[in-house]
Amino acid sequence: MADPLLRIDNLKIEATAQPPGEAPRRITIVDGVSLELEKGKVLGLIGESGAGKSTIGLSAMGYGRGGIELTGGEIVLNGREIREASGRTLRSLRGAEVTYVAQSAAAAFNPAKCLMDQVVEASVSHGRATRAVAEARAVELFRKLGLPEPETFGSRYPHQVSGGQLQRAMTAMALCPEPDLVIFDEPTTALDVTTQLGVLSAIKTAIREQGVAALYITHDLAVVAQIADDIMVLRQGKTVEYGTTEQIITAPQEEYTRALVSVTAKAHEEKITELPPVLEIEGLNARYRGMDRNVLSDINLAIQPGTTLAVVGESGSGKSTLARVITGLLPPVSGKITFDGRVLPAERKRRTREDLRELQMVYQMADVAMNPRQTVGTIIGRPLRFYFGMKGREQRRRVIELLDQIELGEEFIDRYPAELSGGQKQRVCIARALAAKPKLIICDEVTSALDPLVAEGILKLLADLQAREQVSYLFITHDIATVRAIADTIAVMHLGKLVRYGRKSEVLAPPFDDYTDMLLKSVPEMRLGWMEEVAAG
Amino acid sequence: MNAYIAKLVAQRIALGLLLIFLVSIMIFLGTQILPGDVAQAILGQTATPESLANLREELGLNASATERYFSWLTGILHGDLGTSLSNGRDIASAISERLGNTLFLASWAALISVPLAIILGLVSVLYRGRWPDKVISAATLSAISVPEFMMSYILMYYVAVQLGWAPSVAMLNDRMSLLEKLHAISLPIAVLVMVVLAHMMRMTRAALLNVMQSAYIETAELKGIRRSAVIWRHAFPNSIAPIVNVVMLNMAYLVVGVVVVEVVFVYPGMGQYLVDHVSKRDVPVVQACGLIFAAVYIFLNMVADIVSILANPRLRHPK
Amino acid sequence: MRRIPIPALIGLVITGLFLFSAIAAPLIAPYGVSEVVGDVWEPASSTFLLGTDNIGRDLLSRLIWGGQTTILVASAATVVSFVTGSIAGLFAAVIGGWVDQLLSRFVDLVMAIPTLIFALVVLSVMPVTIPVLIIVMGLLDSTRVFRLSRAVASDIAVMDYVEAAELRGEGRAWTIFREILPNALSPLVAEAGMRFIFMVLFVSTLSFLGLGVQPPGADWGGIVKENKDGIVYGIPAALLPAVAIAALAISVNLVADWVLDRTSSLKGGRNG
Repeated sequence: MADPLLRIDNLKIEATAQPPGEAPRRITIVDGVSLELEKGKVLGLIGESGAGKSTIGLSAMGYGRGGIELTGGEIVLNGREIREASGRTLRSLRGAEVTYVAQSAAAAFNPAKCLMDQVVEASVSHGRATRAVAEARAVELFRKLGLPEPETFGSRYPHQVSGGQLQRAMTAMALCPEPDLVIFDEPTTALDVTTQLGVLSAIKTAIREQGVAALYITHDLAVVAQIADDIMVLRQGKTVEYGTTEQIITAPQEEYTRALVSVTAKAHEEKITELPPVLEIEGLNARYRGMDRNVLSDINLAIQPGTTLAVVGESGSGKSTLARVITGLLPPVSGKITFDGRVLPAERKRRTREDLRELQMVYQMADVAMNPRQTVGTIIGRPLRFYFGMKGREQRRRVIELLDQIELGEEFIDRYPAELSGGQKQRVCIARALAAKPKLIICDEVTSALDPLVAEGILKLLADLQAREQVSYLFITHDIATVRAIADTIAVMHLGKLVRYGRKSEVLAPPFDDYTDMLLKSVPEMRLGWMEEVAAG
Repeated sequence: MNAYIAKLVAQRIALGLLLIFLVSIMIFLGTQILPGDVAQAILGQTATPESLANLREELGLNASATERYFSWLTGILHGDLGTSLSNGRDIASAISERLGNTLFLASWAALISVPLAIILGLVSVLYRGRWPDKVISAATLSAISVPEFMMSYILMYYVAVQLGWAPSVAMLNDRMSLLEKLHAISLPIAVLVMVVLAHMMRMTRAALLNVMQSAYIETAELKGIRRSAVIWRHAFPNSIAPIVNVVMLNMAYLVVGVVVVEVVFVYPGMGQYLVDHVSKRDVPVVQACGLIFAAVYIFLNMVADIVSILANPRLRHPK
Repeated sequence: MRRIPIPALIGLVITGLFLFSAIAAPLIAPYGVSEVVGDVWEPASSTFLLGTDNIGRDLLSRLIWGGQTTILVASAATVVSFVTGSIAGLFAAVIGGWVDQLLSRFVDLVMAIPTLIFALVVLSVMPVTIPVLIIVMGLLDSTRVFRLSRAVASDIAVMDYVEAAELRGEGRAWTIFREILPNALSPLVAEAGMRFIFMVLFVSTLSFLGLGVQPPGADWGGIVKENKDGIVYGIPAALLPAVAIAALAISVNLVADWVLDRTSSLKGGRNG
């Protein structure tokens, strides 16, 4: 049997961590990973952050970011050993036989040069094509990838085109030298869901037509299921499961893979109450200073006690602005906010301490939502002191109670945020909000920065807390799966307007308006052939 | 060049002029509205009331501060910098020759230090963490840790006195050829170059490193392009603006350094003139020199900002 | 317990020695500050470890006493600069709006004039005494501290935890002193080291120009001024303060680097 295009055998990658003020120590990033990739096939590498998937991808180019060393095993590309190869050999491979598509195309393009210069650069400098041939090929790729005005697109500069277009241009840049292997490193993660679908299918078409092999790296199993022939599931630098896409999706063998496959399938049963709403928004219009049009126009919403309203939308839909208006950080141009039967002053400064206490907020990035110089005890204890005057032993007892509610032990009380994992941080933020005994908690994309299984845990915790404390949530998210898992009512926002609003069972059932239809269709589903179905219409 | 850039540049020039105007107020205020008055400061505590009154009359101190400021300003705009208190000579004519000397010294120092700083910055980025980088870092750290006048005397002691390679006092006259002049001021130039170079190189290195850590540099490396091409095609175009900024920012060290160096080497320039008259409490001279130094500095900063406007791709190719 | 890296340790020890000799000057200086004890410019000997100066005073004693003055003036000016600059900077960042605009534009204006030039302009009419020097140097330099602390605090002020404190209803004092200051402290402390070095150089330069510490008081810049004429005769007395200044500056630099490095680790790197 002929050698495959890429063969990685028992790869070991280590890095030297240098915590300031401490002795450097070795950490293993990838341990004993083996894989094979045939010509023209796509292998998906999937795992949560820190699983080592990007590191493996880059190792196929003989490249390691800051301090990373390939310390063991074999990487063979086109019959050549990469790990021991000289700098000259590696340079002749990179940009010619193997190319790379980065997660953030916006940062990966040189802002000072036009797109065409960058797209053809590798082909020309490796002598794989003349400038004219490479440009013709680039234009052809622009067309295939669905870029506007493919003839002149290349003369634009990176800041002149949108994020989705840049990501397509980066794919064109990777395909232009006609490589044997392309490494896609989370190419659609930074995009909105409706944009993602277009880019994903453009990538799939382009690589199929060119017959190029690809390593597709992502944390989203549903995405990789659409594009890959084989899938490798990684966790903490080790292979969990490696098989065909069909086998991984339909018959996962390992516990961890099974959890990943089923994570998006959970749905929550809709609660209905007839109680007067805890929050009611009427005729709300808002804009930022210096802008000539409204960011929010004519928003009308209500939340019943003990229920969850999910506000769904893509970036720029105004969903986060809505949170800023409700919390009083951005006073609206017009409109009324009624909270628990009383009209809330528009500005935060005019609100009473009771107003502030009953309306709490949990942020997307738990990292920056907690003061890194305060212990968990101080972070959770401060609202107790501030709103209820609790001190000393009484405060400590209550903090421990709250830690217990978020399923963390007493030992966390003296830890600093830097000593917590992502999920633990978000739990502490939830505890800080709960400490105020609020009637409503605004959750702004609280699970977006978390790995799927961790996010699932947070959603479950929120649901349990709601059942116990009868607190309401205003849950802002871009992720339909999250909405299904937590919402009782749903508001779909698009360009500052409410396009659809009602009970979950109504909003998610046809007949749909155009935008909601597109939004729902764009969410990758965990099954084979989904993308083709959507494309077929 | 498009209209938007032209507008930005025009705005920046207007801002520069406004700044010079405001600085003239600051400098005027700095010498006027301080405890006591200028006459008292000049004559000291032992002055008799009559001599104080006479001097006040002579300085026009009996007019209001606003009036005095505007008459000073109108004078400057007409090229009249006033007369010196200590010797009664016209300041403008005394300054003109000295200004020429100072610019001569400073431009040569700049001419040598700027390219050298950029090259050394580049070298230490290319060899980051290896010995050339470490040597350059250590040398520049020592250079910024010693004040200009100390460096001057160290050079004077070893190069001029011990080795006798250069004169220890920088005298110029009209009969000298350019080469002779340069030899005469070689030590002051060396000191200025060392001081400016050290600061400038450290900041150039930081600015370049910042660019080199961008994602698009990684993209270029992953295209398998030669390292020199990565730097020339990808890092360089994005480094122009930060480097120009660094260069201009460090001209402040040149402006200050020149004052000190002139004093040490008894060089007949503006700096020495300024310091002399500060000790003589010759306020009109100090104001005039202070304003000129500040104006030069503001002008350099303005040039830096204009270059970074022109080098910004987002402005050159608007959406 | 974290290990202190060697360079920082060296820096700490040398800085400590300087501080000790400044405080203990009366105890360790062999002679009085203006005591004429020998001939003019005597070479180093067992009586005068570093030789004598231009009028026959013991150079080592002059250096020790001079160090006391220089370090005292520089420290006091650093304190003035820091207290004024950082408080104004923090307030400007937190309050924002026109207060911020006014302060920031004023600082821009002052910084449009090179510091030494502005100091010379002001000192041309002010009596040159040590308190005046400290205040003039401190205030002029506070513009730099203002910029830094404002920049650092503005970065912190947009953090979600500050917003969370605001939404909780916390007052301005809590926000500044409990949320922002603890996080701004490490860059500010490192900057304090740099400002101190700058002050040492600044006061030395002024004294050298005859506009700083006045005779018969001694400071490092003044010692250079007094002995500079010896240079052309090959007498290196004027170079000794250079050694002292450079040693102090480098060691403080090493300590500042270490402080910055050590405390920045709390923020965590780019990779998650």
